Amino acid sequence: MTEETKPFEPVVIGFTCNWCSYRAADMAGTARMKYAPNIRLIRLMCSGRLDPTFVFKAFAGGADAVLISGCHPGDCHYVEQNYKAMRRFHLMKRVLVQLGIEPGRLKLLWASAAEGAIFAAEINKFVEEVRTLGPLNWSQPGEPVSTPIMEEVTA
Amino acid sequence: MSKPKFAMYWAASCGGCEIAVLNIHEKILDVDANFDVAFWPVAMDAKYKDVEAMEDGSILLTLWNGGIRNDENEHIAHLLRRKSKILVAFGSCACEGCIPGLANFSSIKDMVDTAYTTITTDNPDNLRPQPHYQMPEGEITIPTLYPVLRTLEQVVDVDYYMPGCPPESHQIAAVIDLVIQVLQGKAELPPKGATIGAGNSTVCDECPRKRNVKTIKEFGRIQLTHSDPELCLLEQGIPCNGPATRSGCEARCPSAGAQCIGCYGPAEGVVDYGARLISAFASVIDSNKPDEIDKILDGLVDPAGQFYRFNLAGSLLRSSKSAQKG
Repeated sequence: MTEETKPFEPVVIGFTCNWCSYRAADMAGTARMKYAPNIRLIRLMCSGRLDPTFVFKAFAGGADAVLISGCHPGDCHYVEQNYKAMRRFHLMKRVLVQLGIEPGRLKLLWASAAEGAIFAAEINKFVEEVRTLGPLNWSQPGEPVSTPIMEEVTA
Repeated sequence: MSKPKFAMYWAASCGGCEIAVLNIHEKILDVDANFDVAFWPVAMDAKYKDVEAMEDGSILLTLWNGGIRNDENEHIAHLLRRKSKILVAFGSCACEGCIPGLANFSSIKDMVDTAYTTITTDNPDNLRPQPHYQMPEGEITIPTLYPVLRTLEQVVDVDYYMPGCPPESHQIAAVIDLVIQVLQGKAELPPKGATIGAGNSTVCDECPRKRNVKTIKEFGRIQLTHSDPELCLLEQGIPCNGPATRSGCEARCPSAGAQCIGCYGPAEGVVDYGARLISAFASVIDSNKPDEIDKILDGLVDPAGQFYRFNLAGSLLRSSKSAQKG
């Protein structure tokens, strides 16, 4: 297939916590459940470790969407750091929308270590939603945006 | 022996940096005693062709203020880079885009529309600037806008960064003293890429207000709130950018009862200024319920403007999607 006819395959960066959501992904794998290969999982110790910088960097570096995933509220291994992730998520989303990044490109998902099937299903759903949104195509950092443009308007 | 050459240039900026340089009072005489001013459009008449005629590397020190908004800015940035031994990104515009960089939220069309058709503008013939215009005497041109504003380091190699909107005069005086000492062989230049004329910590570190780890149920705008003059503003729900902002200003705004707006740019080690503030602001919110969190966040009227007032062009995402499209 040529570059034009290739269907759009979204690149999704997923941040999981060590104790619940990464175990959920692990469980999905062990149980041989299939889910979309579009997601690249990055394991953090806790969703509270998620620095919003990681999300901005992912989008700036070419990701079409970002998934943040942690233990269910009340179940955090570090007591309440997932609430911190939740508060950041809500604020981040508002900023991203102002920058023209659709709210559907950032998702927060709670998944316990036992929820492999749910985790896999949610990833599949998310990837399909992002596919509908289309590519984000953020200009790469370092790439000069130097085409001089200005409308030729006559009075 | 002829004195070393000094230059200062302004690109997309307001001119406040030039005023700040003059604000060093009699110290400006030291500049004159130690340097020949080779090129400084605000202060003296000079032509670009005079700079082009200089030997490469013949200007010792160039202070560049302003972002790169059009092809003229870019041309002079490359020119002065070639002619200068030391190129300093001077002030917030050159370092991180500053207020002119806020236009990176909008497309060029929206920006020009705002400037030429809004209600406060008297423009009955709906005239717009045009890069080229044919006059009976020949074609006249003005610089052509780029879709987004870029920082100086996004265009040319930069030796030092001096943040601030504008840099504080005592910091400018200290840097000038240092350069003069280097000229006299009494001091050494800091390593290339260093931030000069500022601290290495955050505004909070210099702020006299007390923190008592309080969390808040609502954000309020400072002009509508009675704030405690002793306590941390952010912990009173007033959006203060101190936690992510580089020290160096002696926490002037919070000391005077106003919130820090972030003009000294990202603190040491902060990759994305806005992202750091998102963490800081999220951590004072006293709620674990999504609906309530959303309601509290409604109190932040313009979060992207709050977090990127000075830093949009220098941030990881640099601009909004609509600006990228032109």
